[in-house]
Amino acid sequence: MAQNEHPGDELEMPDASRRHFLKQSSALAALALAPTAAVKAVDTGWDQKIAAAFEQLPLQVTINGTVQNVSIEPRVTLLDLLREQLHLTGTKKGCDHGQCGACTVHVDGQRVNACLTLAMTTEGSNVTTIEGLATNDHGATARLHPMQEAFIKHDGFQCGYCTPGQIMSAVACIREGHADSPEEVREYMSGNICRCGAYANIVEAIMEVKQGGKKV
Amino acid sequence: MTKETKNPSIDRVDGRMKVTGGANYFADFELPSMAYCVLVGSEIARGTISSLDTKKAQGAPGVLGVFTHQNMPPIPGWDAPIGGQADGPPPKPKTEETYRILSSPKILFDGQPIAIVVADTYERATYAASLVKATYAKQASRTDLSKHVAEGIAPGGSGDYSRGKADAHQTAPITLEANYTIPIEVHNPMELHGILAHWTGPDKLMIYAKTQGVNATQNAMAQAFKLDPKNIHVHTEFMGGGFGMGLRTWPQETAVVAIARKIGRPLKLVMNRSQMFTLVGHRPYTVQTIRMGADQTGKLVSINHAATAETARYEDFTEATVNMTKFMYACPNVSTRYRIVRLDRSVPIWMRGPGEATGAFALESAMDEMAHKLNLDPIEFRLRNYTETDPEHNRPYSSKNLREAYEKGADAIGWNNRKPQPGSLREGNWLIGYGMSTGVFNAFRWEASARALLKADGSLTVQSAVTDIGPGTGTALTMIAHNVLGVPVEKIKVEYGDTSLPKAPSQGGSAIVSAVGSAVFDACTAIKQALIELAVKDGSSLAGRQADELTLANGILSVEKEPGKKLTVSELMQVNKLTVIDRTKESKAGPDHQKYSMYSFSVHFVQVRVNPLTGVVRVAKAVSVADSGRIISPKTAASQMIGGVAGGIGMALTEEAVIDHRFGRFVNNNFADYHVAVHADVPAIETIMIDKPDPIINPMGAKGMGEIALIGFAGAVANAVFNATGQRVRDLPITPDKVMQKLV
Ligand code: FES
Ligand code: FES
Repeated sequence: MAQNEHPGDELEMPDASRRHFLKQSSALAALALAPTAAVKAVDTGWDQKIAAAFEQLPLQVTINGTVQNVSIEPRVTLLDLLREQLHLTGTKKGCDHGQCGACTVHVDGQRVNACLTLAMTTEGSNVTTIEGLATNDHGATARLHPMQEAFIKHDGFQCGYCTPGQIMSAVACIREGHADSPEEVREYMSGNICRCGAYANIVEAIMEVKQGGKKV
Repeated sequence: MTKETKNPSIDRVDGRMKVTGGANYFADFELPSMAYCVLVGSEIARGTISSLDTKKAQGAPGVLGVFTHQNMPPIPGWDAPIGGQADGPPPKPKTEETYRILSSPKILFDGQPIAIVVADTYERATYAASLVKATYAKQASRTDLSKHVAEGIAPGGSGDYSRGKADAHQTAPITLEANYTIPIEVHNPMELHGILAHWTGPDKLMIYAKTQGVNATQNAMAQAFKLDPKNIHVHTEFMGGGFGMGLRTWPQETAVVAIARKIGRPLKLVMNRSQMFTLVGHRPYTVQTIRMGADQTGKLVSINHAATAETARYEDFTEATVNMTKFMYACPNVSTRYRIVRLDRSVPIWMRGPGEATGAFALESAMDEMAHKLNLDPIEFRLRNYTETDPEHNRPYSSKNLREAYEKGADAIGWNNRKPQPGSLREGNWLIGYGMSTGVFNAFRWEASARALLKADGSLTVQSAVTDIGPGTGTALTMIAHNVLGVPVEKIKVEYGDTSLPKAPSQGGSAIVSAVGSAVFDACTAIKQALIELAVKDGSSLAGRQADELTLANGILSVEKEPGKKLTVSELMQVNKLTVIDRTKESKAGPDHQKYSMYSFSVHFVQVRVNPLTGVVRVAKAVSVADSGRIISPKTAASQMIGGVAGGIGMALTEEAVIDHRFGRFVNNNFADYHVAVHADVPAIETIMIDKPDPIINPMGAKGMGEIALIGFAGAVANAVFNATGQRVRDLPITPDKVMQKLV
């Protein structure tokens, strides 16, 4: 740790240092402001606003097979990117702290909590969300993924809020080889909370898909 | 026709929307130029804000406004009481304080909003909220009910109850006295609370809400903003769980609506998980004492049940904690007492099974303790005190099949493997125990309305404003319509969760199938009558037949006595130049209802495994039996029951919101530290439905089951832990430390 004692230094710019930086920065010069105007901008908080504009970074990520080129602040999580900017609201927010699994998506095939994933870290990755899980997803009449079918058949939900996360997690659970028994499924699905308590049905659904042997 | 035959299982009608991510919850709606807001909470539980610095937040990028008690836009209805409980009576009279969000520097509970920050993105609002700084003049706060039980006051309305002799307990041959404690539990639906408010005109409001009743939210907002309810449109088609927390309009919702008007943009609030612990209610910390007397024959002589619960200083919240004791068993001498203590806490709200679940834990634990004293099997003890009529109101039950429920549940769990001697059953390193408990809840039938539209193509649309927070209301209503009109399930569409549809009560109190279902039943029956009238009138191919000779199924009218004689509904409608038959019905309980006591019953059985070295308790098997009349939708009903078991496991073993009373602040207000049951905690569960129609309550014979699924479950676990170990844990949750403390 010694070589990296202040890991946040470059990333986190407290107001004072941001001010200092902007006062001298070429960014303001590029805006052709006279020095006095620049100082005034700082005092009226315009520097914050200009800085904010510069804080957008480009990101390229493939989501459900579509390449997305977006410009985002580095603090945006994958979850908020999906929900608030790309309108993929199937992925849910239950805690924003990696404690509930409602936001589970696949990043390069691995299940992750989208709320704990800064969107910038997915540069170049393939992200799959509940909307992209079924292979032929052409709207309401499209074929469902076997796990989606099984959730309907076994009524693996009530309110449905945890369901996208449960399903994404369930698919990964089988792919990882962690669905050999109900006990194992319960263990490896415990990161996905269902407050409605559909657990018993969810486990049945997963076991059926696993035993059905279909590719998931 | 539903009454006589059992219903088939159908898939949840909105299942496809839920598994594809297509179901839109309030926060999923996207509106042009929508802004985001974030709440800043107080850091003290009692006192006054002395200074509030919002300058930095105001200047932060993207910020559109910072609203505090100094600049909060007015809420016109604040002159009148606001935030009344959904469908209930208006807020009760005089409390010590009044809570109007962002209206004064006074702090009444920890986490009380002191500012609302609005910005153009969620990230910017969140960052700016972190820049708001407050200083306080702090006062000593009181948040620990256990230290203030003696200060309980009798709330208005619900008086003490007694029948028989007040001192019967003193002369009973065998007596028991025990205290039971329920900690603060938090609903914690998976969906975070919030609101999306959009003023579509100066006096027109569109709200996407997280509410258990769109009409209730509509009325609350109409009152707050002095608007005609017609100008307020509330939409909640999908709600990510409520469990009671959505049974009122919370102050922060009203504040967001006011701010949205001020800034002139649609405004979205999604609270964070820790705010879910303070701003949307909880199950109140409750201490109970039960004194019970019995004779040697196993007959109850007396029960005395006293409960004291916490509430806020600004509102008296009450619930029916002691009610079960009044009518559950044949006992001549019964008295109950209910008190509340006003603390520096935010107000509670009904949480699934509400007070009845709290009370059932105490009563059904005590029943188990007494059975043990009497050397009786706990089921046998209950049967010896079984009552066929309601001893509280001296009237019959509309239906009660509890004996059958005890029997079926006992069979399914393998009750005969239970050893009466605690601690005497082992499997490897584990101690095994069996426990059971009864649950009961009022079967209500409230007023509701519904509309049904039958089209000439044979499809049927059913409409009601009711929400479906998860129990499968849409599915049940589909089944009811199908049963009346014979329209195939796939051709029925249910539209709900929107104030543009016929009025319905809030989803709560296990009353929706009974209330809204009856309205759907009536609307569909009216359509059926209209069809039959058309079919038998002059000129029709079935002219001259008696109305009751006709049957209607799959869109075809036929005459039983004349095989082959058929008339399709679409032909009939075409001939009569009808494209749609449209009926709206209001429905409510009839006068007969006064003659009966109407309850749903449940029995929960569990087998637990207790590790004697660690004190860990695992629920290894659970069987829940519901006696709730005719089951309308067996599949979703079973899910409701298993959901109650999962909730009950959490209540019994893990759930407890802990306050650091020095600060009046929660220390575990997140999912990592407040433990709801997860997959690993919940075994396979067997649900058994008695499925016998109630002849009185409604035309379907269906009673509610949302509450009974949970009520009693925690008691069954406590009783099983006793059977496994000989140790009685009377304060929930039954954590390893408590079990160990008693084992060593
Ligand atoms: S929202 Fe990501 S784990 Fe809860
Ligand atoms: S279905 Fe409601 S939380 Fe899982």
